Amino acid sequence: MASNIKIKAKISGDLVEIKSLMIHPMETGARKDPETGALVPQHHITQLTFTHNEQVALIANLSTAISKNPYFSYKARGAKAGDVLKVSWVDNLGGTDELETVLK
Amino acid sequence: MQIGRRFVLKAGVALATIAALPRTLLAAAWPADAFSAKTATEALNSLLGSDQTTPSDQIKLDVPVIAENGAVVPITISTTLSNVETISIVVENNPRPLAAMFEIMPGTLPEISSRIKMGETSDVMVVVKTDSGSYSTSKQVKVTIGGCGG
Amino acid sequence: MNLRIRKAAAVPGAIVAALLVQQIALAGPEEDRLAFVAYFQSRFPDIPFEQFANGIYAIDSDARSQWLEIEEFPPYEFAVERGKELWHKALPNGTMLADCFAAQLPDIRGQFPSFDVASGEVITLELAINDCRIENNQPPLEYDSSEMIDLTAYLAFEARGTKVDVRVPDDQPGALAAYESGKRFYYSKRGQLNFACADCHVTSAGQWVRADRLSATIGHTTHFPVYRSKLGGMISLQKRFAGCIRDVRAKPFELQSTQYRNLEYFLSYMSNGLEWNGPGARK
Repeated sequence: MASNIKIKAKISGDLVEIKSLMIHPMETGARKDPETGALVPQHHITQLTFTHNEQVALIANLSTAISKNPYFSYKARGAKAGDVLKVSWVDNLGGTDELETVLK
Repeated sequence: MQIGRRFVLKAGVALATIAALPRTLLAAAWPADAFSAKTATEALNSLLGSDQTTPSDQIKLDVPVIAENGAVVPITISTTLSNVETISIVVENNPRPLAAMFEIMPGTLPEISSRIKMGETSDVMVVVKTDSGSYSTSKQVKVTIGGCGG
Repeated sequence: MNLRIRKAAAVPGAIVAALLVQQIALAGPEEDRLAFVAYFQSRFPDIPFEQFANGIYAIDSDARSQWLEIEEFPPYEFAVERGKELWHKALPNGTMLADCFAAQLPDIRGQFPSFDVASGEVITLELAINDCRIENNQPPLEYDSSEMIDLTAYLAFEARGTKVDVRVPDDQPGALAAYESGKRFYYSKRGQLNFACADCHVTSAGQWVRADRLSATIGHTTHFPVYRSKLGGMISLQKRFAGCIRDVRAKPFELQSTQYRNLEYFLSYMSNGLEWNGPGARK
């Protein structure tokens, strides 16, 4: 099954650039359902954690003001081929998702 | 008694372990109050203990002049300030101005790109917290109502 | 002097006028297309022809830089991935969708739209996919269902680099009639705002309607389906037709109606020579 998280990692020298894209509605809670007219409840990723070989590299604390299907890009030093990169998130309704990949 | 001792020993070990944990594992809890603040001032006070920041030209903020669509506004931030701990994005005219707060761990560069939502034309402020204080820069992004594509 | 010039001009002027009349009478799809390309190239002389496949991003640099950032990691990649899985999943009777198409994978998207002699109608990629399903006892997909979008997104992605080459065979009067019908639609005023497609995308291309900048006709059909930032989801070309028609406050037609298929036929022909570059990301 296709994952709901995608990662693109590029190593150049000592640096790795990590781009991630994930599926999530990031509902603000202020949008009305076009069919029912009712407010669609807030549903958004609250915290997103990136680890390299189990060391935390970045924590993103998010509000509903991050675009639907969130995208992030960051860079880190000291990464090399074979390192394990893990992305995991939790949302305000207790949902979670994660993806683990090995840097090439 | 045996059970009591073991319990005390375990707690002691646990406390020592927490104290010894490197910053990498002591993630802050999601700052709920800052995220529900309705003004930039309240959000920064809650997040950083103060809304006072030092303007800095060492923070580079890339945002469009006119957002193509307020739902997806690309933003790229980088800084040459040292010992960066957090980078935060504040969209002053959003209903809840604090959009995100990134905790930058040792080894990770103080650079981030993402896509944010803006409800209307607003100043977008980036606040970089280092071990010596809070620094900021700001740019206005125009958000318009479309004609036919919008 | 004046008299001499006027006299000299009168004869060539008459000849040109006569030639023009003759040309209009003979004008077919290729003449139309060349006229369109010449027009847009004179309106936007700094834009290389192949860049028209990027629509408004060929014309507006601030919008282009935002688009390029989205293209760093475009959300349509999920649709392409799901579409690939669907394409390679056998139907219950064991047939693969690929078995219904004579062309190799990169060429499938580019086979459409085309004129089907047997039915006397324009066939689009969506119709061809559903024909395949029906032939194999499967229910047709809704035209704006996520499965149909995912499949067309995958086929669009696989077609990248191939050139648009829509045919209006001159030995098929029905084909020319469908093309002409699509062209007439393009130039017909409609809706409370009384706009024709051409009013915005030919006459006013590059100009602003409120906060939107209008794209040119050529290149309109090369990059669908698109992921729209506004919706946080994908739409098909004909869904966009419906949206535009609603925006001029007219009642949209049904997806895959004769009107929309003929319009797609005309518009796709106008993009001949450009590269298929879907799926796309738009605001």
